[in-house]
Amino acid sequence: MEVRGSIVPPAEATAGNTLLAKVRSQLAQIPLLGWLLGALLATVIEQIAGSSLAEALGLPGIPGLFGLRIMLTKPALIPSAVAYVLLVYALPILVVARLSAPLANRLAKQLLDRFPLWVSLILHLGLLYATLHLWGDISEYRVLILRFIFISVILTLSLNLVNGYMGEFSCSHPGFMALGAYGASVLTVLLFVNDDVFGAPLLPPALGPFLFPLALIAGGLVAAVGALAVAIPSFRTRGDYLAIISLAFMFIVKSVIENLEIVGGPRGFMNQPKWAGLPTVFVWMTICVWVIYNFTRSTIGKAPCAVRDDETAAGAMTINTRRTKMVTFLFGAFWAGVAGGLFAHVMGYINPGTFDLKKLAEVLAMVYLGGLNSVVGSIAGAVGLQVMMEVLRPLELFKWIVIAVLLIVVMIRRPAGLISFTEFNIRDLLQPRQILRSSVQAPGEER
Amino acid sequence: MGRLKLVIFSLVGIILLIALALIFQRFGIMSPATFVQNLVNALQWGSFYALIALGYSMVYGVLLLFNFAHGDIFMVGAYIGWGIATGLVALAALGILPLPNWLILVLTILLAMLLTSFVGMLVERVGYRPLRGSLRASAAITGLMIGIILETGNLALLGAQRRNFPTLIERKPIELEKYLPLDVTVTNTKIMIVFLSLLLMLALHQFVRRTKWGMAMRAMAYDFVVVPLMGVPMNTIAALTFGLGSALAAAAGILFGIAYPILEPYMGILIGWKAFVAAILGGRGSILGAALAGFLLGFIEIFVAAIFPSTLRDVIAYSIILLILTFRPHGFFGEPYSAQLRL
Repeated sequence: MEVRGSIVPPAEATAGNTLLAKVRSQLAQIPLLGWLLGALLATVIEQIAGSSLAEALGLPGIPGLFGLRIMLTKPALIPSAVAYVLLVYALPILVVARLSAPLANRLAKQLLDRFPLWVSLILHLGLLYATLHLWGDISEYRVLILRFIFISVILTLSLNLVNGYMGEFSCSHPGFMALGAYGASVLTVLLFVNDDVFGAPLLPPALGPFLFPLALIAGGLVAAVGALAVAIPSFRTRGDYLAIISLAFMFIVKSVIENLEIVGGPRGFMNQPKWAGLPTVFVWMTICVWVIYNFTRSTIGKAPCAVRDDETAAGAMTINTRRTKMVTFLFGAFWAGVAGGLFAHVMGYINPGTFDLKKLAEVLAMVYLGGLNSVVGSIAGAVGLQVMMEVLRPLELFKWIVIAVLLIVVMIRRPAGLISFTEFNIRDLLQPRQILRSSVQAPGEER
Repeated sequence: MGRLKLVIFSLVGIILLIALALIFQRFGIMSPATFVQNLVNALQWGSFYALIALGYSMVYGVLLLFNFAHGDIFMVGAYIGWGIATGLVALAALGILPLPNWLILVLTILLAMLLTSFVGMLVERVGYRPLRGSLRASAAITGLMIGIILETGNLALLGAQRRNFPTLIERKPIELEKYLPLDVTVTNTKIMIVFLSLLLMLALHQFVRRTKWGMAMRAMAYDFVVVPLMGVPMNTIAALTFGLGSALAAAAGILFGIAYPILEPYMGILIGWKAFVAAILGGRGSILGAALAGFLLGFIEIFVAAIFPSTLRDVIAYSIILLILTFRPHGFFGEPYSAQLRL
C-alpha cells in the first residue's frame, strides 16, 4: 500500500532519534481529514494574502502551478517561488494539519462510528472540492487545468478497464471519446442553442444545465453502441489482432466525422454551451471513480481479470467470456464517451483532429504510467502526466522528450506502472490515525 | 511456402485483377487504361507499406512484440537519406566529388540503410532489451515514447520547416502506348520505386532463407526459449532483426522522398500505423504475408480514392479491413487464435 496515511510507524521507529523519523511519526498521526483542513486553510490564506505576498517576493503574480513553471522560465526567481510555496502551502498545511490532528482524529472516529461510511466520505469529498474550488478561484487557468485533469482521470480509468483489467490492447479510446463528444454536443446544440445548422433551440435554454447530465449520458451511450464494433470481433480474437481492429475503428470514426458536413466536417463543431464547470466535472469524476471502483470489486468486474489471465480456464469456471468482454468494452466506452462530452463542453469547440493518434499515445501513457489494474494508479497516472505536461510547458519541444524518457524509465523499472495491481481501501483512508494504534487492529491491517 | 504454392498464388492474383478490371469496365466505373494507371499507383503506394510492414513483421516473428517506433524510424531513414543526398549533391555541384546522380542515389540508399539500421539497433538496446520477458504492453509504450523522442528530437535539431528531397532522377513520363494497347502514362520514378522495393524484398527473402543469420532468425521465430539454449546469441539476433527492419524502413523513406519530395517530422506516424495494420493483416510474423498485405492495403486505398470521393478513403478502406479480419481474424498467413496467447 502506497497510501500515505496507512503507514503507522512501529514503536522502535518512533523512539529513534533521527530527525526524519521524528517528523514521520508526527505526520503519521494526522488523518486525511486533517490534511484536507490544512489544504483548505492554505488556499484561504492564498486568497487573502497571496497577491500581496507574491508582490513582496518579487513574483510577477500568484504562481499558477506551485511556482514550478516560474522556476523553469526564470531561474532567478527560484528562491522567491520556493519561499512562496513554503509560506503559502507547505507551512500552513503542516501546521494546521498537525495542530488539528487530535480534533480531526476524534472527528473522523466519531464520523465513522456513528454514521455510515458515505457520510464521512461525502464530508471528505466536500472538503476536497472546497479546497480545489478556492485554489482554482485565483485564476481561470487553474480551473481549466483542474477540469482537464478530471477528464483525464475518467478517460484513464475507462481505458484501464479494457487494457488493464481485461488485458486487451485497445487503441480505440480516442474514437469512443470522439463519439461521446459529438453525440453530447449535437444533443445540447440541437436542444438548447440557436445554431446556424441546427436552427432555433427546441427547449428553453434555461433547462439546459439541468438536462446536461442526460446529454452526457446519451453521448456515453453513443460511444457504447460504437464499441460494439470492437466488442463483437473480440469474441473471436484478442491481443494484436484486436489492437488493429480497434485502431481501424478509430480511423473510421475520425474519417466518418470528417465527412459529416452537418457537424462541420474537418473544420470542427462549435457553439457548445460551456456548461462543464468545475463542480460538474468534479461530480462526474467522483461518480466515475466510485462506479468503476465498485465495478472492479464486483463479481462481474472480477470476470475480466479471469479472462485476462486465462480465457479457457475462465470459461471452464462458468464465466461467460463473451458477456464479460461485451460488458467491459461497452462500460469502458461509455465512460470514455462521457469524458468526451465533458471535454466538448469545457472547450466549447471540438474538431476531429483532436481525437487522433497523439491523443491515443497520451491516454495509453497515462494508463501505463499510473499502473494497470488499479483505480488509484489510474488517478495518479492521469494527474501526474497532466500536471507534468503543464509544468514542463515552458520547455516547449523538450517537454515531450523529458516525458518520454521518464515513461521509458518507469516502464523499465516497473513494467506494469507505478501503482499497479493494488487498490486503496476507503475505510483505511478515512480512518483516524492515533486511535488506530491503540485500539484493535484495523480491518485493513491484516492484509 | 513452396514454390508451387507461390506460383498458384500469383496466378490467382493476376486472374483476380483481370476479373476486377473487366467488372469495372462492365459497370462503367473505370476503363482498363485507368485501371492499369491506378494499379501502377497502387503498386508504388503499396511498396511503401510493404517495406515498412516487413520491419514490423520480422521483429514480431523473433521477439513476439511490435516495434511501435518503426514509423518514426521510417521518418529518420528519410531524413538521413535527405542529409546524405543533399550533401552529396552539394559536393557534386562544388566539383569536389563529381558523382553522377544515379551513383548518388545508390550511395544514399546504401548509406542511409546502414546508418538507420544502427538507429534501429540503438532503439532495441535502449527501449526493448531491458523489457524483454516483461509485459508486452509496456514494450508497446516504450516504443511509442521512443517514437515521440525521435519526432521531437528531429524537430529540435532541424526545426519545423519542411525539407525538400533533392531531385536525383528527372521525372520522365513513359508512354506505355508504344508497347501495350493501353493509353497509360507512367513516370520512370514509379517504375524504379516498385522495382527497387521488389528487389529489396527479394534480397531479404534470400537473406532469411540462405544465410546462417537468416536461419538463426527463423529458428528464433520458431521457438525463442529453446533456441538460445542451442547457442544462438539471442541479443545479436534481436539487434540484427531490428537493424534489418530499420534498413528496409530507411529504403522506404528514401523512395517515399523520391515520390513525394517533402519531408516533415511527423510523416512517419500515420504511414507507420497503417503499415502496422498491414503487418497484422498479413499474419503476425509472416514476411510474405506482410509484403502482400502492404500491397493490398495500397491497392485498396488507391482504388477507393479513385472510385469514391477521396475524403471517404479511410472509412471505406478500413471497413474493408475490418471485414477481412472478421472472416479471417488471424490474417492471411498467421496462426489461428488460441486462448493461450498472453498479453
